[in-house]
Amino acid sequence: MNNTKKVKKLIIDKPLKLDCGKTISNFPLAYETYGKLNEKKNNAILAFHALTGDQYASGINPITNKEGWWNYLLGPGKAIDTEKYFVICANVIGGCMGSYGPSSIDSSTNKPFGTNFPVITINDMVNAQYHLLEFFKIEKLFSVIGGSMGGMQVLQFVSNFPNKTHTAVPIACTASHSAQNIALNELGRQSIMADNNWSNGFYEENKKSPDKGLAVARMAAHITYLSKKGLQEKFGRKLQERDDLKFGFDADFQIESYLRYQGSVFVDRFDANSYLFITRAMDYFDLTKQFNGNLSKAFEKSKTKFFVISFTSDWLYPTSENREIVIALNAIGKDVGFAEITSDKGHDSFLLDVPDFLSAVKNFLKTSYKKINEKRI
Amino acid sequence: MKKEFNIIAKLITKDSKVLDVGCGDGELMKYISENITNDIRGLELSKHNVQKCIEKGLTVIEGDAEKDLKQFPESSFDYVVLSQTLQAFLDPENVINELLRVGKKAIVTIPNFGYWKVRIHLLFQGTMPITENLPNEWYDTPNLHMCTIKDFVNYCKKKNIKINSSNLSFQNLFSELGIFIIEK
Repeated sequence: MNNTKKVKKLIIDKPLKLDCGKTISNFPLAYETYGKLNEKKNNAILAFHALTGDQYASGINPITNKEGWWNYLLGPGKAIDTEKYFVICANVIGGCMGSYGPSSIDSSTNKPFGTNFPVITINDMVNAQYHLLEFFKIEKLFSVIGGSMGGMQVLQFVSNFPNKTHTAVPIACTASHSAQNIALNELGRQSIMADNNWSNGFYEENKKSPDKGLAVARMAAHITYLSKKGLQEKFGRKLQERDDLKFGFDADFQIESYLRYQGSVFVDRFDANSYLFITRAMDYFDLTKQFNGNLSKAFEKSKTKFFVISFTSDWLYPTSENREIVIALNAIGKDVGFAEITSDKGHDSFLLDVPDFLSAVKNFLKTSYKKINEKRI
Repeated sequence: MKKEFNIIAKLITKDSKVLDVGCGDGELMKYISENITNDIRGLELSKHNVQKCIEKGLTVIEGDAEKDLKQFPESSFDYVVLSQTLQAFLDPENVINELLRVGKKAIVTIPNFGYWKVRIHLLFQGTMPITENLPNEWYDTPNLHMCTIKDFVNYCKKKNIKINSSNLSFQNLFSELGIFIIEK
């Protein structure tokens, strides 16, 4: 990993009290921006990334040299049109792309935090990113948007800062992480911890990282991002560069080979401890509980216009869970739209070329932006 | 715009809060939002139509009136509009009850099966009537519960639903459509 000098960082000097009780200060938040902030400063969008995302949503990631994770949706002329909007995207705290995380150096030991890093929450992530508004002197965002864990951050952001955004687009997410999702995250964590190289989280000192455990975690998770139908259509029982079964445990099937590849490339760009901390933050997310069982209360003070999106084949964050958010908003008469997009691409649909999804986001943003600007005159 | 929509729009007071149930492609909502009140949203089952509404910049919730009206609190809208879909529901009585619960007033329109052309069609041709408002054959029609204006009026009487029809002329024989404002 070179090019680390190109990473933009905001050092947050104000102390931030975390949900776990600890207070952190003088910590870095790595971010990237796309497009230009206009003079009125009313065209800013804060985009939140998902579990393994980072601040490089669009263009080429200078660290990995790979395409940004939201290239289908975000960029010049795209649904989130960076010729029109100013988009900010930050690496969450707990992450491994320059923000304060378990691989940051603990000043008291001069070694990486490892598992001594405080357990962070979605609320902590959002509170840290709020400083970006102050940094850019943005009074009110035009929109907050994100899918999966990014969607959870959208919900938490509006709840914490009810009138700091005109619109909010939570995509393929939930207000309360389900037992099934906690179970799947635990599977990933146990896989990492079962790797001897993990060394209770202090692997950086040994210069040996738990790549195998992290790869298996990614493989398991990757299956959950797809749909049965999508997998069947793409791979079926097709064999990998062979005419017949080999009666062994090599990757006979294309799907096996594909998953192994996904696991192996993932370990080059992601930190195992970050995976532990971020999945934990997702599991702890329960906005309904934060408001004593009444999700509506989370949005009571807000005038934000919501647009909730789910996908038909997403079984990880199914339509029913997204609809709970819509129901909570309707129960208190808030402005909320909802669309379930037809797609066979599973949970990953929000990252992929799904035309109805891309046009829905584009149209929602375009018409909302127009209305907001008309009102201001 | 459909003549029916013109009449419905005139029944809605300025700046009131409106829910259009089964809002279709949003044609009526767009007209109302541009001319009468900004505070309007739609509920629509068809994914295609939901996309059309989003294109128009309208607030639309994808959902089924038979199941999803229950998420709205009592009297949360000044008007709830239901245009020509009552007869297509599995349980129209439940939908009417929900409309009256969610809206202070409900504007309901029905294709009138008592319209003279419909009667004549059945009388002389002996087949299920096909008209402009009832374009389908019996085997592919979405209309499960056809009724006449008289049926609807009788129903409201029976259930103690107030029909506020001051500016409507609903003649069972001569109207192709019945347009009602009802309230509890």
